[in-house]
Amino acid sequence: MTIQQTSLILCAAAVLTACGGKDSDPEMATFEVAVTNLTAAQPLSPMTLAVASPDWSLFELAEPASVALEQIAESGDNSALLAELEGNAQVMKSISGTGIVMPGMTATFEISVPESDLDQASLSAVTMLVNTNDALTAVRGVALDAIELGGSVHQSMAAYDAGTESNNEFAATIPGPAAGGEGFSAERDDSDRILVHPGVIGVLGGRADSVLGEEHRFDNPVAGIVITRTE
Amino acid sequence: MIRLTTSALALAIAGTASMSHAAEFDVAITNVTAGVFFTPLLVSAHSDGQSMFMAGATASAELQAMAEGGDISGLATALSGAGAVNAENPAGGLLSPGATTEVTLNTDNASDNTYLSIVAMMLPTNDGFVALNQWKIPSEPGVYPVALNAYDAGTEANDEVLGSGAPGEAGFPAPPPVAATIGTNGTGIDASVEGYVHIHRGVTGDADTEGGQSDIDLSHRWLNPVAKVVVTVK
Repeated sequence: MTIQQTSLILCAAAVLTACGGKDSDPEMATFEVAVTNLTAAQPLSPMTLAVASPDWSLFELAEPASVALEQIAESGDNSALLAELEGNAQVMKSISGTGIVMPGMTATFEISVPESDLDQASLSAVTMLVNTNDALTAVRGVALDAIELGGSVHQSMAAYDAGTESNNEFAATIPGPAAGGEGFSAERDDSDRILVHPGVIGVLGGRADSVLGEEHRFDNPVAGIVITRTE
Repeated sequence: MIRLTTSALALAIAGTASMSHAAEFDVAITNVTAGVFFTPLLVSAHSDGQSMFMAGATASAELQAMAEGGDISGLATALSGAGAVNAENPAGGLLSPGATTEVTLNTDNASDNTYLSIVAMMLPTNDGFVALNQWKIPSEPGVYPVALNAYDAGTEANDEVLGSGAPGEAGFPAPPPVAATIGTNGTGIDASVEGYVHIHRGVTGDADTEGGQSDIDLSHRWLNPVAKVVVTVK
């Protein structure tokens, strides 16, 4: 049950001097990143991965979401975030998944970073739980230089509420297959802070006007990520 | 069948093999839920290549028997057959909400057994279980707390009605004292078999003890973590 999504980027356009040389190619460190959807019925939107400076952060808890992050959280559309990442000097690489990651499935990616830049390479990833109003799951800033060749790190991924859209669970406001409603809306009618998600309720849970069934509920972790250094 | 996790995709803490190991350690397991019981626990110190399940993959028949009926014998036999050191049923029956059980494992005779796994069915659920999966046992003496999550084996529909603990048969078993906490005559929730092991989404329950949609009560709901484990390496 594995989707292969390989994106090998040998040299990002935006970066560092070590990348330019024709004569001496830099020694590369290569990582395999595997993200598994651990929910019962929450497909994940195409993943967005970023390798960036440890000083950069995808988001801060209890702070408002950027508009680019709001777009992922409400519609799964990562194009605005990808554009932002490519224009950011602190970001070494950005990668987009090619498709939805269904429940129980694993998406894998390959990332190569010049070994000389490893101390400035931390991995972040984000995706939407599509049968929700504005739930995200993410990892933020996993240090790649801490992973030895052949070794791996595993992290659990919690669900966050982007706080940009009311969790009304209406059919008209949830874009996933459970509803087919609206995706992004510029209006912010919730807490406007990114917090740990309280979960969805659904009809059987007692919210009579919810479009969600009991199968759409989730608990943490909603996904797991394994980063393995292969070269 | 016990799955061999040589794949880097395994959702487990894979590490480089350690030369040193903890010969003897205590494992204290506390049920931190408000209203869920754990069936007899299986606590196993095993080698790097063994695991009881892999998240995202189909459950083995042995895992299914544990998750649907609390029967740990199949898992225990498979693990011990491959050299693992097991402690079976340390609580001597059900582990009630808030209760703690403690067991000492000694791996003196098997220095490869550097990983700890723990499972038990959660009652009342159809095929929910608490688990620690392939946790690397530290070689340094110390006290190590770990939080455990609830998983769904994905082998039985979560209809939430009283029924059978036999693999493949609908409903959940309710031995005493679980029986006294549940409802009866629930119509059942329209759920389907998920087909793969994953994080449990929780139970729905209802407030109606003599009917309603579910024989599970609102008092049986939980959020992760569902158990606290403290490993003391001597």
